[in-house]
Amino acid sequence: MAGITRRTMAAATALVALGLAGNAAAQAPVKIGVVYPLSGNAASAGNYEKMAIEVGAEIVNDGNADLAKILPIAKGGGLAGLKGAKIQLVIADNQGTPAAGQNQTLRLITEEKVVAVIGAYQSGITLTASAIAERHGIPFVNPESVASNLTERGFKFFFRVTPVAADFAKAYSTFLKEQKAAGRKVDSIAIVHENTEYGNSVSSVIGEVFKTDGLNVTQKISYSANSTDVQPQVLQMKEKNPDVVIFISYTSDAILYTKTMKELNWKPAIMIADDAGFNDPAFVKSMAPLVEGLISRTSFAAGKPGSVAAICDALYKKKTNGDGLDDVSGRGLQGFLVLADAINRAGSTEPEKIRAALAATDLKKEAMVAGYDGVKFDAKGQNILASSIITQMRGGQYVPVWPKANATGEVALPYKGW
Amino acid sequence: MSMTLVQVVVSGLLLGAVYALFSSGLTLIWGMMNVVNFAHGDFVMLGMYSAVMVWTALGGGPFAAVPIAAMMIATLGVASYFLLVRHIMKGPMLAQILGTFGLALFLRYAAFWTFGANFKTLPDTIVGGSFVLGGIRFEGSRVLAGVMGLAITLLLHLILTRTAIGSRMLAVSEDATAAQLMGIRPQRMQALAWAMAGAATGIAGALIANFFYTSPTVGETLAIVAFVTVSFGGFGSVLGALVAGLIIGVVESVSAYAIGPVYKDVVVYILFVLVLWFRPQGLMGKA
Repeated sequence: MAGITRRTMAAATALVALGLAGNAAAQAPVKIGVVYPLSGNAASAGNYEKMAIEVGAEIVNDGNADLAKILPIAKGGGLAGLKGAKIQLVIADNQGTPAAGQNQTLRLITEEKVVAVIGAYQSGITLTASAIAERHGIPFVNPESVASNLTERGFKFFFRVTPVAADFAKAYSTFLKEQKAAGRKVDSIAIVHENTEYGNSVSSVIGEVFKTDGLNVTQKISYSANSTDVQPQVLQMKEKNPDVVIFISYTSDAILYTKTMKELNWKPAIMIADDAGFNDPAFVKSMAPLVEGLISRTSFAAGKPGSVAAICDALYKKKTNGDGLDDVSGRGLQGFLVLADAINRAGSTEPEKIRAALAATDLKKEAMVAGYDGVKFDAKGQNILASSIITQMRGGQYVPVWPKANATGEVALPYKGW
Repeated sequence: MSMTLVQVVVSGLLLGAVYALFSSGLTLIWGMMNVVNFAHGDFVMLGMYSAVMVWTALGGGPFAAVPIAAMMIATLGVASYFLLVRHIMKGPMLAQILGTFGLALFLRYAAFWTFGANFKTLPDTIVGGSFVLGGIRFEGSRVLAGVMGLAITLLLHLILTRTAIGSRMLAVSEDATAAQLMGIRPQRMQALAWAMAGAATGIAGALIANFFYTSPTVGETLAIVAFVTVSFGGFGSVLGALVAGLIIGVVESVSAYAIGPVYKDVVVYILFVLVLWFRPQGLMGKA
């Protein structure tokens, strides 16, 4: 018995020694801070994004044969540029408050010694968290916050991958001009928007972009999202009868407009709804039969089989037990892959080298998870190739119809409604 | 142009009748017992959920939903009276305000817990679609709510002014001790007032649910309108609430159409302030 024990001990010791040797030879893992709302009222979105980023880390660390054909970073075995160093995610909860987001980012940087941070969903939290990263000279990648001021602070370490209002506006404008070229009337356009920050800012950006693009906004209707009645607004539109109506609305008002337009039996030839209320699952579930053919936008579409988006969607579904990537989680995964690519090219964990690599990012459309034209940052750190996919309501769900590369269906106009 | 304006006015009148409908319960409680029910909007909200539940669980239409909602909210009203209002009425004014306000928060968050935060809507086929009459488009569910609103406020008015039970209720509201000496039981009359107000509020909720969205916070949106309507028409006057509701509905519609939707509340509140300036007791309130 004693002999066996001694032999086992010897074998175990040898194994441990081998293990230690192996560890010593391999690179120390690269720590990336992940700051998302894992509790609080945006916890649902935050947890989905966290899972998307975990999928991203698994792609880099363990590899995926199908993705490797398109993405060099997916060959497996960690970051090639850092001699196969694995990525280690250090996840923190921003609790849905700017203060917690700031504190957690500080902790990640000073105590966990992360080399870069990704986060933080809500624009207001991204604002405070990225300010801490900037002060410590740590790169901060933001995959999804759209407030325009984030990239107007003169930060050197802040990079935003998501499209912002100007990009949505550009997508609508290009889409409408294509419709015009195809012979549809888009001579008069009404913009109907709720009157808080979201509606006001998006509507004014759309107005400006359309003006420079020669599209004619003939009517602007601003209203309060908690109105009890929207009949007068619909009657105003009915009277002017614009060819195109663009809604920038939350859920309750989206429901009222949809019902009232049916009641008063008026619809435009093209109806566009900017994401938000018209994309709320609660709206889609009950109102879809009344908005057949409605045009909206998203940043993620699984697209054709074999594409990066489709493969990542399948990997993500395995992780979540069935929920596919969506507008938020798709952008989250995209943001992470941008950061991983930059660290890989930097070949170093020095923040300044990672920053330089991020600034030099040049990813092509084929390599995208989200429906962007690519990733390339301007001097302010905004991705200038971020764009949106136009979707259309088809029998209870939104189907990507434009641009062609992401489309799984054809645009069907005029707007059908009910 | 003029046809559209007629349509706007008609829409406003229907809207106003609906405002009157869900304000009548509030004004009744005030008139009967000088208590402002801050939970009124949440009573309407629960009436709406009753209709949603009748539809989703039983597959019933408005004719099943209306009586069920009336009974449920009437029961809620009586329970609120016996468990809460009866006790806080003995306290200072502030206790009454905070008491019903607390009830409002309780009901709202109980609804969040029970029904979730998602918006619910009833299919608009329940009451039937819309019809055109003389070039003006009417929508079935709004016409039903408007007509019921007129009928119920008038009925409440008649009960209060023309029946023996109404006289007893008014007697209690004027002087409970004197009424008691005359052989009227004040608590029974007050409970009856809460039951009537609850029933009217439940009916209002069930009818509004046919063309509005239902969510746990919808009571907040509706309560503001109800308070304006009631103080405009005169606290305690059911008929005043009806007239005020119609005026507010038309003024809102026309100003939203002619000036712009963000300004409609400004116009309504200017009018409101003017009325209170010249008649602090409201259009038909007791001086």
